[in-house]
Order: sequence, then C-alpha cells, then structure tokens
Amino acid sequence: MSQAMKRCSAHTCAAVAVRRALSSGAATPSVYTRFLLKLSHYFYDVENILDWNNWLRSQGVIHKNRLFGYAQKNFGNNVAAAYYILTLRGSFRFAGQSEWFRPDSRGRFSYDFMSTPDAKIEEVDLSGTLINHNGLENLVKQNKLQTLSLRGCPEVDDWFLARLHVFGESLVELDLSHCSRITVGGLAALQNLRKLERLDISGLPRLQNPGLVRILLEEMLPHCQVSGAEYEQGLIQPDSQEQTEGHHEASTHTGLRHL
Amino acid sequence: MPGSDWSPIELTPGLPPERADVVIVGGGVVGWSIAYWLKMKARVRDGLRVLVVEKDPTYSQASTVLSCGGIRQQFSLKENIMLSLFSAHFMKNINNHLCVVNEDPVDLQFNHSGYLFLASEKSAHIMEENYRTQRYVGAKVALLSPSQLKERFPWMNMEGVALASLGLENEGWFDPWSLLNALRRKAVSMGVYQCFGEVTGFKCAANLAETTDGEVLNVQRIKYVNVRMPNSLEYQPVECAVVVNAAGANSGKIASMLGIGLGPKESVSGVPLPVEPRKRFVYVVHCPDGPGLDTPFLIDYSGVYCRREGLGGNYITGIFFQMKHFALTVHLFQVSNAWAGFYDYNTFDQNGIIGLHPLVPNMYFATGFSGHGLQQSPAVGLAVAELILDGGYKTIDLSALDLKRILLQEPILESNIV
Repeated sequence: MSQAMKRCSAHTCAAVAVRRALSSGAATPSVYTRFLLKLSHYFYDVENILDWNNWLRSQGVIHKNRLFGYAQKNFGNNVAAAYYILTLRGSFRFAGQSEWFRPDSRGRFSYDFMSTPDAKIEEVDLSGTLINHNGLENLVKQNKLQTLSLRGCPEVDDWFLARLHVFGESLVELDLSHCSRITVGGLAALQNLRKLERLDISGLPRLQNPGLVRILLEEMLPHCQVSGAEYEQGLIQPDSQEQTEGHHEASTHTGLRHL
Repeated sequence: MPGSDWSPIELTPGLPPERADVVIVGGGVVGWSIAYWLKMKARVRDGLRVLVVEKDPTYSQASTVLSCGGIRQQFSLKENIMLSLFSAHFMKNINNHLCVVNEDPVDLQFNHSGYLFLASEKSAHIMEENYRTQRYVGAKVALLSPSQLKERFPWMNMEGVALASLGLENEGWFDPWSLLNALRRKAVSMGVYQCFGEVTGFKCAANLAETTDGEVLNVQRIKYVNVRMPNSLEYQPVECAVVVNAAGANSGKIASMLGIGLGPKESVSGVPLPVEPRKRFVYVVHCPDGPGLDTPFLIDYSGVYCRREGLGGNYITGIFFQMKHFALTVHLFQVSNAWAGFYDYNTFDQNGIIGLHPLVPNMYFATGFSGHGLQQSPAVGLAVAELILDGGYKTIDLSALDLKRILLQEPILESNIV
C-alpha cells in the first residue's frame, strides 16, 4: 500500500487504458499488447512508457474534438461542422443534396462543401471515429440533422447521449451499436429525442438486460422501433426437461419474474 | 527485523502523524474533495502534508453515503448553479481527474434522467425567474407547459400543476459511495494521510483583538488538534497550520469546541455556527406498473420528491404517504425498504457556509450545505483549496456564501429547496 502511494502518477495510467481497450470489444488483445502489459507489471520504465503513450493518445482525442472556432467565425457553422466531420474521417450529406461527402481511405477529402455555406447537414455517419461529448459542440447548430450513426465509436459514452437533446426536434434515426461505454443511465437520456423512429442498440457490452432495456425504451419512445436486442435476451430459460405445457407456464412466469 | 512490522516498543496502530500542514476534520465527500484539490494544486510531491480525520470508518451515519445522490442545476442562486455545473463537468471527465495506477476506472453509475420541478399557479413566476438565471449561467433547462408535460409523460397526474421545468443535460443521479471512494483513493495515492479518530478538542494560542466598535475579541489560533483513537482514551495532538471544518452534521459541535457561540449574546463570540443535524427519511417503494425509464427526478410544489431506482419498478421517495396525492398515477405500491440520514442543515438560510471565522483565523469552514453537499463537493473542494493556497477564489467566486453573512445577519435564501 505504501509502495503504491509512493509511486503515483498524475497522468492516465497504463492498466486503466488497456483495460478500457480490452472492454471495447476486441476479443483478445494482440500478443504484443499482452507482452507489454506483462512487462509493465515488472518494470517501472515500461509502465511509464505505456503511461505516456496513453496520455498522448488521450491528448490526441482531445485535439481531434476541439472547438473549430476559427472555421465557425469565418465560414459559418455549417462549413465548420462539415470540416469537423471530415477531419474525424466521418461522412455526411447536406439537406437538399443527394451525394455524400466522404474522405478517401487515406483521410484526404475535397473542399467542395465550402461552396454551399447555407446548406445544413441532414445525415451523418461517424462510425468508428473518435468523437466524444466535447466534439458535439461543433455540431449543435445542425437542427435539421435526421440520421446519426455512431457505430463502434470508442469514446461515445452516457454524457454524449445526454448532449444529444439538442437534436430533439429533428433526429429520426440513431445507431449506437458497439459503443462499449454506453449504459442504461445514458439510454435514459434519449427521452428528449421525441421524433426518434429507429434506434439500434446491438452489441452494447455494459447492458446486463438487453431485452428489458428494449421494452423500457419502446415504452419511453412510443413511435420508435428499437433493434439490436431480442426480448428473450437476459431471460432465465426454463429447464429443458420440463413438459411442454409446463414450458408455457414457466415461460410466462419467468417473463413476469424478469420484469 | 528488516521488512517486518514488529518493533519491541508497542505503538498504537492508526495514530495520525504528529505534525501536518492542513488537518481536515471530516472524511465525507466534501472533506476528501478538499484533500484531493489541495494535493492537486500543490504540484510538488510531499509539498503539503494533509491529514483527513474521520470518526467512523464504516460511514454508518455519514450524510454522503446515505444520500439519494442527485445532482441538479435548477437553483435560484447563481453560486449554487455554478457549483453544480462545475461538479457535473468534473464528473464528465472523472477518469482524467481521479484515475490511479493499476486500479479500475471510476464508474459513477450516472443516470442522466434529469430533474423535473412542478410548480403550482402561485409559484410559477418564481420558476420563470429561476429559469432565466439558470439559462444565463449556462444550465440546460427547458420550461414545459401542462400540455407538453402530458405529451412527454402520459403517466403523470397533472392536478394543480401550472408549469414544469426539466433539466436536459448534466442532471440526474449517481452513486455517492463511488464518488467518495474515487476521491479517497486518488487522494491517498497522492499522499494524503487518513486517520480514523475523533477530534475532541483544540489547543490554541489566544490573542486579543479590538473591532472598530471597540469590542474586544478573544482570537484563538489553533496550534494542536487533539485526535482521540476509537474505543480508547488515547489521543494524539497533531500540530497543524490550518484546520478545515468539513464535519457535516457535526460541524456545530466542532465549532463550539473553540468557543464559537458560547460567548455573551450580543457579541461576535455569541453567534453559534448555525449548522445542526436534521434527520431525513428515504423510502424505497416498489410499484410494478409505475413509470419506466423516462422518469426524471420529480420534485413537486409541495416538496415531495421521487426518483426511479434501477429497472425493476422501484422508486426512492422522501414522503411516501403523500405519494397518493402526488403527481404520479400509482395504483398499487408498497414500501419495501427505508433508511434515514442527517442533513448538515444550515438553520440560517439553508445554503453552504465557506470561509474563515474572525475568532479563529486558521479554521476554514465548508459545511451547512443542507442536502446539496454531495452535488457541490468537487467545486467546493476546489474553492476551499484556492482559499487556503491562493488566498482567494480563482475559479468560482463564492464570496456570497461566506461565513460573515452569519455574523452580519444577512441571509441569502434560495427559493424551491428540498
């Protein structure tokens, strides 16, 4: 205990970040990562290097999600939002146009979006990007946003969902699958999205009862179709040796017990 | 023997160090928050020796862990709004602040359901005024008319409701024990000393000072804090420079040990610290066909509050026998559990007391939050650390909550308090 007190660090720690990376859906980390983690338990230098690495990575996320104030002031909110999405390697479509603006595989994109500064963004695809709750500041003025896809974003958490209330009047489709940090507490914040019609909550590892959460979400947003969780997920299955009639009774009882 | 704890002289385990720079009386969430920020601001390792003294290691009567855990920005005083906004931002990035090497990340189990205040006809104008203050300071709140309320929450009984105010962001409830443990773990990892013992007295150096009215004051500067070990008569006098009174419900007792409030009636020393323990009850109600995931933390115009707990149809409420008249249409409910805790109730104006007392120039007070200590603790911790180390407020200006308003008899009241 005293040794732990003596060697403290103010930066994000190696093991925390690795544990976070492990929980974000990667089945097993690579041999290299596990080897480094093992070494970091024995050597302070390795632990410090991993520490700095993770601090640099978190600084990178903060830098990517900074406020694009210069672009907002000089080119308007829509162009700034478009630029932000493209630098994050996401893609979007303006309202009234049918073609999508995407960066290529190396992250380069054309600046054609700057020619229409008054066009608001209607559909955004940010799957796999590093967007977090701070980055949403760049998008808050897009009040015509209808589709938002956040599939597999590692930095999207409950606080991000709480900020989505700014799109309460326009958001129709939301895809939250495979965002490992989301819990039920964040899904409760989706009550502010009254126009939501399609919600995808598949692959959320921190939801213990996906079936129950789906029922509660459908109750909370009556016009919304929730996909990604089956009603039977999380139910206690009856014993397979019981009779079929016993089966029916047991399943209704387990349904009630589950609720 | 080298490497073993045995020594021929029998030493009492758990004694505090003989000397410390800052002694924080009270190991609740406010006390540990102050300890964390003190160490955070004093960047040099071992630059400041901080000791936190807590009477009860089980926290069986501490207000922190018995609290409902709600955080809201819907206050009428702008200092209160700023305090909880800062605390919400702190909790947003809590792992950047409070993570420790080789330990699990902090999980506060934050539910972002927001607070919903319901106002009757008489108090609707107060709610509108508060709404303007809240928007000005930066809280994200929306006003709802009864028809909008009915459309949002169809299960609600709208009897007598004229206006409602819903928190959209940064409001909800969380697990207070997780926050306390996270602050404690990080502070201990930075070198804060923790002692389980009771503060039974102070040894002071007395001086005489004269006020502008000619009144002679007996100013006492604390030199030693006597910390008594649990279940024992043994005590350790800890020599210290600064003492922080964050003892919550027992702050009045600590203040009276220094003679605050024990002098003649009309003098400065005759005004006691107006913080006393107030017992509050919390009931867990099970209602299987109650409202679901969208239940916010409901607060009625009569002061009754209710929030969802978990996903199994359980609710936490303050006054259960009034729930029938309450805004929810609950057909069948049953009380399954209950507990009670103390508010550190400020009998003067129910807002926090932060600052120095003229009679004790090295005791800082951070108490009297009357039920809001948990939600304001990260911000209050930073404010007190700035007072101690920088001599003044840097981040949030809390001069309105200073202790001298008690002596000048100028209350700052908050409307809509629960």
